[in-house]
Amino acid sequence: MTGKVGRRLSRSLLHIVIISICLMWTLPSFGLLANSFRSRRDIIATGWWTALKSPFAFTVENYMDVLTGQTHYGEEKASDKSRSILGDIITGQGIGRAFLNSLIISIPSTLIPIVIASFAAYALAWMRFPGRNLLLIIVVGLLVVPLQMTLIPILRLYKGLHLAGTFLGVWLAHTAYGLPYAIYLLRNFFKALPRDLFESASLDGASQFVIFYRIVVPLSIPSIASLAIFQFLWVWNDLLVALIYLGGTRDVAPLTMHISSMMSSLGENWHLLPAGAFISMMLPLIIFSTLQPYFVRGILGGSLKG
Amino acid sequence: MGSALLFLTVYLIYPILNTAYLSFLGRSSKEFTGLGNYWYVFTNADMLGALKNNLLWLVLFTSITVSLGVAIAVLTDRVRYEAAAKALIFLPMAISFVAASVIWRFMFEFRPAGMDQIGLMNALLSNLLGFKPVAWLVNTRVNNFALIGVGIWVWTGFCTVILSAGLKGIPVEILEAARIDGASEWRIFWRIILPMMRTTILVVATTMVIIVLKVFDIVYVMTNGNLGTEVIANRMYKEMFNYHHFGRASAIAIILLLAVIPVIVFNMRRFRAQEAVQ
Repeated sequence: MTGKVGRRLSRSLLHIVIISICLMWTLPSFGLLANSFRSRRDIIATGWWTALKSPFAFTVENYMDVLTGQTHYGEEKASDKSRSILGDIITGQGIGRAFLNSLIISIPSTLIPIVIASFAAYALAWMRFPGRNLLLIIVVGLLVVPLQMTLIPILRLYKGLHLAGTFLGVWLAHTAYGLPYAIYLLRNFFKALPRDLFESASLDGASQFVIFYRIVVPLSIPSIASLAIFQFLWVWNDLLVALIYLGGTRDVAPLTMHISSMMSSLGENWHLLPAGAFISMMLPLIIFSTLQPYFVRGILGGSLKG
Repeated sequence: MGSALLFLTVYLIYPILNTAYLSFLGRSSKEFTGLGNYWYVFTNADMLGALKNNLLWLVLFTSITVSLGVAIAVLTDRVRYEAAAKALIFLPMAISFVAASVIWRFMFEFRPAGMDQIGLMNALLSNLLGFKPVAWLVNTRVNNFALIGVGIWVWTGFCTVILSAGLKGIPVEILEAARIDGASEWRIFWRIILPMMRTTILVVATTMVIIVLKVFDIVYVMTNGNLGTEVIANRMYKEMFNYHHFGRASAIAIILLLAVIPVIVFNMRRFRAQEAVQ
């Protein structure tokens, strides 16, 4: 009798605990989303929860302003028909430019390391050559070396080569920093492929390169996708590398830098922060909700094995 | 393979050696100063504050993310909406620390008592519980905890997902057998689940230690290390760009490296053991 009541009680307690944890993890983001659609006056005067009852006074003004870098863009726009919205977003002083920069930085910084890492991972997984084990151990060791170790020498090198403040410099840096994990992860994935596959292929006279791009790559598309998502989000969300190698120049700054400078220049544009932060979260959230299994695999792949 | 080697050498191996060398030189790397930079790192008041805060982060962040992760993994294992709950908690991992900082900046927003609170934390505190509002990021008694809280909010999902996978690896038969023998759920958790998840917990905890040693973004964006919230990674950034003292900045980097060397050795050993099994 008492056991049954007790069990039901502890079941409800279980649900309450889980649901309150979920609320603690979602309410902060939800509040920011709600705030991003409120007018400047409302954001400063009251909490976002007050907007959840009528009148539902929501506006997209913040998004227009933060994208173009102008205040009250909608009103100005009405008087000046010659400018295109898209043009203002891309070339203006706003976050639109930063969004584009983030894309320009992230895409090559994802593709280059994956190409390089998959060759290296294949060699480390299936080819025999002297020093292979030593190389593997070095890659494992480099996995957790703090980035901070490399900043000063590389920055000096970049100053000498005029790579500081350029996209190329950031691409190369992200490539190098992403490589240890990319090689390690892909090597584990490749190693898990059945051995017979390679033996029969080489018996048929296929060269290493043919085996690689005819067999290994097609079979590993899901693994490579996991890594791609992981690396893309890593670069997209990065602040430190951009801060160090791009310096203070605004026309190359990615979203993270743009928003952090909005945050430190308090006052004036404070009400644009929620909209700005949401613009930076959009792509990660889309990727997360559509490709979540791959994303989780990319994050777990390295640590879970064994 | 060749290009991978080139990248690793130029961007990782050479800089490690170079930074080690620079840490014994002066401000502009022209004169040899011996252990001067290290002396500074361990005696300067700001640096000591940063080291102390990193220790606070290390203890609180690691223990809370890991134990919350275990708790959430075990609890959600018992409900049908497990996947959805874990996805919600994991979500902050997908966004940047900068975005997370904006989110929490609004959560922590402070208005003096008597005014309308626009930050949720203070609204709950003063309207619901009747306490005085707290200036979360300014008050030096709470601001470190506030920043650590943001870090926990971001990383708990990561711990949960990995620990949950570890939990699923425990054979159901063992748990069933214990239940049939009349063991309470509480006892099963302490005597079976925890011991069997030991390796996973260890891996997650070391990952958190690495994360916490390098913690930078949250502090840089939210307080820039002011008001007693400094951490070593942010301090290094300041030595580089505000004070242009490359010797000291290098010494800080080396300290970070020394702190992770045990983890590097642990990883290498674990990798060797794994390879031996296969």
